[in-house]
Amino acid sequence: MTRVLVTGASGMLGRAVAARLVADGLDVRTLQRSPSQVVGAQDVAGSVTDPDVVRSALRDRVAVVHLAAKVTIVGPYDQFEAVNVGGTRLLLDEARSAGVGRFVHVSTPSVAHHGRSLAGAGAGPADPQHARGHYARTKATAELLALAAHDPAGLHVIVVRPHVVWGPGDTQLVGRIVDRARSGRLPVLGDGAALIDTTYVDNAVDALVAALHADPAVYGEPYVVTNGEPRPVVELLAGICAASGVAVPRRHVPATLARGAGSVLDAAWRTLPLAGEPPLTRFVAEQLSTAHWFDQRRTREALGWTPRIGLDDGLARLAQWTARQASAPAP
Amino acid sequence: MTAASRPPAEVLAAGGIDPRWSRTVEVGPRTWHLLDNAATLDAEPVGTLLCVHGNPTWSFLWRRLVAAGARAQRPWRVVAVDQLEMGYSERTGEQHRLADRVAQLGALTDHLGLAGPVVTVGHDWGGLVSLGWALDHPDLLAGVVLTNTAVHHEVDDAMPAALRVATARGVLPVGTVSTPAFLETTLALAHPRLTPTVADGFRAPYRTADRRAGIGGFVADIPATPDHPSRPELDRIATGVRGLDVPALLLWGPRDPVFSARYLRDLRERLPHADVHRFEGAGHLVVEDADVAGAVLRWLDARDAPAPPAVADEPYRALGATLVERADDDGTALIELAGARSRRVTWSALAARTDQLARGLAASGVRPGDRVALLVPPGADLTAVLYACLRLGAVVVVADAGLGVQGLTRAVRAADPAVVVGIEKALVAARWLRWAPTLVSAGPLRAGVARTLGVGASLDDLAALGRASTDDLPWPDPDADAAVLFTSGSTGPAKGVVYTHRRLAAMRDVVARTYGIGPDSPLVAAFAPFVLLGPALGATSASPDMDVTSPGTLTARALAEAVRAIDAAVVFASPAALRSVVRTADGSELAALAGVRRFLSAGAPVGIDLLEAAAALMPAAQAHTPYGMTEALVVADVSLDELRDAGAGDGVCVGRPVAGVRVALSGLDVAGEPTGVPDQRAGVTGEVLVAAAHVKDRYDGLWLTQHASARDPGWHRTGDVGHLDADGRLWVEGRLAHVLVTADGVRTPVGLEQRAQTVDSVVSAAVVGVGPRGAQQVVVVVQPEVYSHGPVVAAPDLAAAVRAALEGTTVAAVLVVEQLPTDVRHSSKIDRTRVAVWAERVLAGERARL
Repeated sequence: MTRVLVTGASGMLGRAVAARLVADGLDVRTLQRSPSQVVGAQDVAGSVTDPDVVRSALRDRVAVVHLAAKVTIVGPYDQFEAVNVGGTRLLLDEARSAGVGRFVHVSTPSVAHHGRSLAGAGAGPADPQHARGHYARTKATAELLALAAHDPAGLHVIVVRPHVVWGPGDTQLVGRIVDRARSGRLPVLGDGAALIDTTYVDNAVDALVAALHADPAVYGEPYVVTNGEPRPVVELLAGICAASGVAVPRRHVPATLARGAGSVLDAAWRTLPLAGEPPLTRFVAEQLSTAHWFDQRRTREALGWTPRIGLDDGLARLAQWTARQASAPAP
Repeated sequence: MTAASRPPAEVLAAGGIDPRWSRTVEVGPRTWHLLDNAATLDAEPVGTLLCVHGNPTWSFLWRRLVAAGARAQRPWRVVAVDQLEMGYSERTGEQHRLADRVAQLGALTDHLGLAGPVVTVGHDWGGLVSLGWALDHPDLLAGVVLTNTAVHHEVDDAMPAALRVATARGVLPVGTVSTPAFLETTLALAHPRLTPTVADGFRAPYRTADRRAGIGGFVADIPATPDHPSRPELDRIATGVRGLDVPALLLWGPRDPVFSARYLRDLRERLPHADVHRFEGAGHLVVEDADVAGAVLRWLDARDAPAPPAVADEPYRALGATLVERADDDGTALIELAGARSRRVTWSALAARTDQLARGLAASGVRPGDRVALLVPPGADLTAVLYACLRLGAVVVVADAGLGVQGLTRAVRAADPAVVVGIEKALVAARWLRWAPTLVSAGPLRAGVARTLGVGASLDDLAALGRASTDDLPWPDPDADAAVLFTSGSTGPAKGVVYTHRRLAAMRDVVARTYGIGPDSPLVAAFAPFVLLGPALGATSASPDMDVTSPGTLTARALAEAVRAIDAAVVFASPAALRSVVRTADGSELAALAGVRRFLSAGAPVGIDLLEAAAALMPAAQAHTPYGMTEALVVADVSLDELRDAGAGDGVCVGRPVAGVRVALSGLDVAGEPTGVPDQRAGVTGEVLVAAAHVKDRYDGLWLTQHASARDPGWHRTGDVGHLDADGRLWVEGRLAHVLVTADGVRTPVGLEQRAQTVDSVVSAAVVGVGPRGAQQVVVVVQPEVYSHGPVVAAPDLAAAVRAALEGTTVAAVLVVEQLPTDVRHSSKIDRTRVAVWAERVLAGERARL
């Protein structure tokens, strides 16, 4: 497992995984459209949907960590399908041809989420029919492809579903929260009591590395990865805002109203030529007003992994990073 | 004529029925459908369960028992038949009489070559058919199980009202055959409602009027008149049942408009050795409402277990012996303080009254073993009638108003007394809520009330009757039932707890021994159970002027008055009463209270602060708090000094077991289940087990509950969780039902709650788990000193303070409420189950009220 390909290494998690594998002394190649900025890794620039690029990226590799995906909240379905489903299919096919032994497919718990609360849930089966939104539906299809490609005598596939990964430099969760809080567009839905589990980025990295080295016997299944420390969503938002130096949200909006408003805005952004992201989507409203936390026992046992950085430690690290950013000269 | 058929695949699937169980059988000219798990058993079965459904169900009713019997270890063959004209058995178009049905079932089992041992299982009218079969097959019969059924009907008035309507001329064919009304009415009796899939499973064989003819035929065969053709067979069975000496189990759903409590009473009377379990909340379709399959198998397994060893015999002295010995003593036995209505009763007067009432009850037809519910406030009247019942051997049912009208009704009905003795208010409830057939008034009734309610007699009438009686009155058997008391119901419906005379006497002895209460230590009792013990202990007792159903009404002045009246040495008061005394003290009572040598407070955890405040009012007294429960009134005891000495720990320190009591723990496994064998070592956290001569005999009409609580021979499982420390002190950490099982291991609530309460602004706290057992998250719900109608999630500083106080335990959320719910009787035990249900919903993002 010395020669590894990491796809999607321009995102926060992918970059951190590639950097860790380099630090561990592995021969790391990365594949993404923009430079990975990972020192010591060999970048291949291009799309996971391009057969030639994928083939050359996979040459001589023995293992793949596949993170590349279209993760935005809005956009046409075809784009999600092309990258998330098509890219994954192509990678799996080419990896098999290239004689790759291990394939760590990075997925998301939302592939099995139907919009209801998940309290202490396990890793339910991916369900493209009922998953919410283009991203989750295409990721669900991709996960089923990945698991179907698992071959105990050849390509070993394991699926890891980190839940809400965040940390310093994160544009997905922390970035959005901070942007919205700055512009006064971050309401707390309902009581803000829904318990939500998240994953500090370093823990997600550890889990993916653990999956790469795990006993082959645990391959062939999906595993949800989280910190195992759910908190009421209002506490999480307040903690992230405080650590990022922005004001804590005070405005409470009834959850049902928000879901309704989200649906309307979803439709508006689908049908009207509007730029950027809607202020609230139904998907986000559901995410923020229903519980999402998971039973981590099976994951921890199978991967031989436990989170190193607790939630409060993570928030402290985010605050330190914010302070360093503030004191650093503007580029 | 339509021959038997196998149910369509989707019907079998709806019931989770293995298709291999469904078979048709030809017996002579008839074809039957039945469920039979024989082909799927992996091992030789222990025996056969022969299950007979009633009207208008079919073998689908027994699907879970058929499945449960097919277990790997010690399987049972289960044969569940569809009676002819019913389910998927043949539609012959004939009317079958009860005797026909019994004979047909016999022909079927002959054909099947059923070998013994056979245990019959019947529901509704299937109970009668199954018993008919049982009487005809004594060589095969090993036991009978009956669920909501009846074997005997007095002509006319005793016929279930719902069926009287159904059998009325004109109603019968319309209600039962041409429309599915009877079927739908029966299905609607399920609690909770049947799922649509299951309801459709029951409907499947009865989709058309043709297919329903048997339902009408069944109803028409109810022998409602003396000349009904099925009457002789009914009488044969009803009489024959009395001779059945095989083990019997009665499983009952009390919410049944058809087979009400009196049918259960009739069955118990015919099968006095039967084990009984009432599933509180379940109804006519008890087989659907409750885990009847699990109950039947547990009962069958228990048949093979060795009987528990007998309690070591101590010399027995009846609870009422002191009264007889002091029949000539003109000293004060008790004083009931109630302002102008205060009463003083001498030993001789109490002894005479007790004797007269005992004889009066006997003369009016109350027999030893009959149950008499006492709904009389504590005081002289209650004391006299209580000891009279004990003298006679009538079983007293003592339910307190603290259960609320609903809880009281449920409790009294469950105990099924023959007589209710009560004050007017209680008698009104007893009549309208049908608590018992015979009513006796304690004290005066308003004009006309006696007649309206049909009150048979007053206590004075009974005493007069008793004075005229010279019959010999033998003392009851020490091991006969003496009393039914009730648990507080803080974790489910109140349970009846049965004590024998020997166990009650042992309870008196442990109180006397532990607290030195006797003729030289007059006693003021402001705590219900102990009000009644004075005469047994030979101690002069006084009850203070207060509303005993509301302990918070005891004032310092009233307590001082009671102490002064008898020069009391010992005071008993519940924590709520004691708190009220401390609150109302103004110094004027100090002189009267100075002579008190000991005071006791129990019934709920007593805080050290409260004991210290009360000790300041009674400076010469040692403060004690006993730990016990309805099932074992005194288990352990701790004094104020010992409490101070023990300091803080994981849970509430309740002291060392009192003399004669052994305490052990049944260690919790990783799943939080108390699977450990009784262990008396320090540091083992587990369910608290108690062994003593004064532990309850059993739970009343709750065979399964009793079986579970006594599964370690000689020990009673308390449902509390705790540990013993190195000094032999017991620490209670919460209720077993409230134990949390997190990914980091098992957590008990009380110690964590105590730590949360060390946070300044927190008045009280409940620690509960949310999420699936094994992966539960810890949630702390706090009641703050000052509540503002703000967000339910605690403010960051409060949350941080609570998390810091609980260091070492990961707390997912800290929630704030105005008031934590507590139980009715003690208003001090937090209802954690309710809090947990609420927290689960709130933390899932739903709106919920606590």
